[in-house]
Amino acid sequence: MADIPVEHGLLVSVIMFSIGLIGLLVRRNIIFMLLSIEIMFNAAGLAFIVGSTRWIQPDGQVMFMFILAMAAAEVAIGLALVLAIYRGFNTLDADRASRMQG
Amino acid sequence: MAIVFYIAAMVAVVSTAMVVTRLNPIHALLYLILSLLSTAVMFYVLGAPFVAALEVIIYAGAIMVVFVFVIMMLNLGEETVRQERVLLKPAMFVLPAILAAILGAELLYLLYYGGRADTGQGVVGPKQVGVSLFTTYLFAVELAAMLLLAGLVGAFHIGRRESERELTDTEGTSEVRRAQPELGRK
Amino acid sequence: MLELLWLVVALPLSGFVILATLGRRLPRAVATVIGVGSVGLSAALVIGTGLEFLSSVQSSASFTQHLWTWFQVGRFEASVALRLDALSLVMIFVVTFVGFLIHLYSSEFMADDEGYSRFFAYMNLFVASMLLLVLGENLLLLYLGWEGVGLCSYLLIGFWYRDPANGSAARKAFIVTRIGDTAMAIALFILVYQFGTLSIPRILERAPEVYAVGSGIAVAIAALLLGGAVGKSAQLPLQTWLPDAMAGPTPVSALIHAATMVTAGVYLIARMHTVFELAPVVQMMVAVIGTATMIISGFSALTQHDIKRVLAYSTIGQIGYMFLGLGVGAYAAAMFHFMTHAFFKALLFLGAGVLIMCLHHEHDMFKMGGMRKYFPVTFWTFLIGGGALAAVPLVTAGFYSKDAILWYTWSSDKGNGWLWLFGLIGAFITALYTFRMIFITFFGRAKAKPNHSPGMRTQLPLVVLAVLSVVAGFVYLPETMGHFTPFADLLHTVVPAVPMEHVAFSTELQFQIGTALVPLLGILLAYLMYIREPWAAKNLAKDRPRAGIYRFWQSGWGFDWVYDRLFVRPYYYAARVNRRDVIDALYTLLARITQGLNILLGWSQTGRVRTYAAGIALGVVVMIAIMVFA
Repeated sequence: MADIPVEHGLLVSVIMFSIGLIGLLVRRNIIFMLLSIEIMFNAAGLAFIVGSTRWIQPDGQVMFMFILAMAAAEVAIGLALVLAIYRGFNTLDADRASRMQG
Repeated sequence: MAIVFYIAAMVAVVSTAMVVTRLNPIHALLYLILSLLSTAVMFYVLGAPFVAALEVIIYAGAIMVVFVFVIMMLNLGEETVRQERVLLKPAMFVLPAILAAILGAELLYLLYYGGRADTGQGVVGPKQVGVSLFTTYLFAVELAAMLLLAGLVGAFHIGRRESERELTDTEGTSEVRRAQPELGRK
Repeated sequence: MLELLWLVVALPLSGFVILATLGRRLPRAVATVIGVGSVGLSAALVIGTGLEFLSSVQSSASFTQHLWTWFQVGRFEASVALRLDALSLVMIFVVTFVGFLIHLYSSEFMADDEGYSRFFAYMNLFVASMLLLVLGENLLLLYLGWEGVGLCSYLLIGFWYRDPANGSAARKAFIVTRIGDTAMAIALFILVYQFGTLSIPRILERAPEVYAVGSGIAVAIAALLLGGAVGKSAQLPLQTWLPDAMAGPTPVSALIHAATMVTAGVYLIARMHTVFELAPVVQMMVAVIGTATMIISGFSALTQHDIKRVLAYSTIGQIGYMFLGLGVGAYAAAMFHFMTHAFFKALLFLGAGVLIMCLHHEHDMFKMGGMRKYFPVTFWTFLIGGGALAAVPLVTAGFYSKDAILWYTWSSDKGNGWLWLFGLIGAFITALYTFRMIFITFFGRAKAKPNHSPGMRTQLPLVVLAVLSVVAGFVYLPETMGHFTPFADLLHTVVPAVPMEHVAFSTELQFQIGTALVPLLGILLAYLMYIREPWAAKNLAKDRPRAGIYRFWQSGWGFDWVYDRLFVRPYYYAARVNRRDVIDALYTLLARITQGLNILLGWSQTGRVRTYAAGIALGVVVMIAIMVFA
């Protein structure tokens, strides 16, 4: 449709992915970490869609749908873990739930 | 139409940046929904209307609602904000920002030296996606179904309370515990 | 009947399996029936098979029973096949028959031992291994039996394992024979490499076509096989283990270290005679080794106090005679001596065992004396056995076999006068030490009192063996005495007759008279020294140089001392130096490095999800950098 260079679409994807990564590394609250992961998923999905548009092929969109499915599963598990951690440690600080220290 | 894309992109980037800097989880969540919606607009402009619809319905709709549920359930309000204020210091952004900047630089380097091309002009509709999904990627679809099932079971298992776990415990071990109390204490 | 040949091996083996698995739970009576009965049945089967073999099979024939293919590697195939011919028939007859008598004897000798069923399990395994050794159609099966008897020898020498000395004697026997076994294994490798098979008949058939007489590789194979034979048969220079092997129970010494296992080397050389014929140097060496061993062990036997050690040295010497016979090409005579020796030496050991059993395990002859009164049966049978060992002319089997060997040493193309002369000296010494032993033990004043008298099961084997020690000689009479030679005729279907020029009848007679007189002289000297003038023997070893020689002979010519200095001590020294295991340090270092890396990586295990996420991000950055910029 619109005459947009591929680079611009991917640029947005890169920026959003980087922001998501920063959020993942900075935030200690597990809820925020999960949100950051969602951002990164979304950025990756955007890259796929740009690719799909570039070649006018449906494969990129199919991939996005798989990402969607994965995100759904991840959120289900992740939030269940959030609940379990909150019950166990009475906090959402990921750094305090560090019993796995080797 | 191109201008719509750039506006949506701006909104997406800004709202995404807001997500990771908010103190109140509900606010962050709302910014994320905003970000997702603007991404959906970008998808539409890029000629993927079906995925744009999915983004709105499933991502911004269903998945985010789950977040809302959890946040509400844990009753994260003012207390979390106070806590986050302590936890979140500007200095903490430095190292991850450098890391992300390097990563972004690398990706941008690839973008600008890896060849130049415009996006295509066509629209890839739901029909094409559906055909591709149920022919070429049929096996992957099955896998995704299994993944979702695993997620369902996993979430159910992890989410159970301890008390529930004891209630649903098989009678055998409970029998043993009752018979040998010193064993149960261990 | 011939088809039942496999049962001859299988019976003792199953006896072993039953006793080894259920032995502890079985009552002694049942263990006896299984242990003795399996060998007895085997012996009966051998007699049946042997008779049929002799009647049905024509000359130069053999019976091969292919059981199954053991394994197959490329073109090399090892089959489990038994081969019965004249040579193996003689062997299995001796092994099962003498073995049965000794088993019977053991049932009384070991009656009070706590390891009763264990003893019979080992003995049965030994008989099975020995039978496999002699019946094996190929050298691999022979080697299996060879190692099997070595294992049983080790187990039985160290049977009373609570005494560390017995354990070390067992180890010594095992390690010293291992030297020979290694040589033999190398010989087998060469044979496989050269012929692509280990089947004995095929090797013997093809060897003369492949090798010229005296060719290097044939000499190498023969010399390596000789190494194995020397180790097993306790010949120079590997003879040192046999005297120490007397630490085992006496029936074991009788069966393994006198009658059967130690003669496996003789069997091996006779079996592979074609290869030795192709290597005249090695065959000469066989004769020389045999003669030297005979002389050395004879002098050692003269000075021993322990009755079993006398017999052990005499066993070494008699096997030396067999080697002499093999070396001059008189295979039939050597096998003849093997058979008679098995009878009379088993008899002597069992007789000595009776004394030891009834005298509170006293081994020292000088503490016995005058035993004639207490053990009449034992005395008379022991006298017959001793006579056979000393080769008392005409009435003992030992005379005929020894005479045959000495005669062929002189007359064969491969023999010569020197070997004959030393053989004669050996015969003299043999007579001397044998009757020294008899006079000291059974005559004179009694210095000990037996605590009980021996029972039926020990006396019967003695009597049977005594009868055999006399009559077994009559199956191979020399030309001068009727030339009745069924034994040699039978064996000559397998091994060649002695190559010799025709010698005048009178010459042979003269030599025979010499061979007959020499032992009598020896006996006379023994009589003079130990009965008439008992002080003479004591005075003989009093003076300084003579006492030194006495001790030198008593210690077996200092071989143990030399080996101790030459091999054992340096080995211990090397082991001490290497106590911390230099090679292992390398691997320890490897483990240390791994541990260090583990600790290093352990630090990265913070348990914080964000650190891990940062790690992943860093990894991605590096990977993309490599992909993009490299």
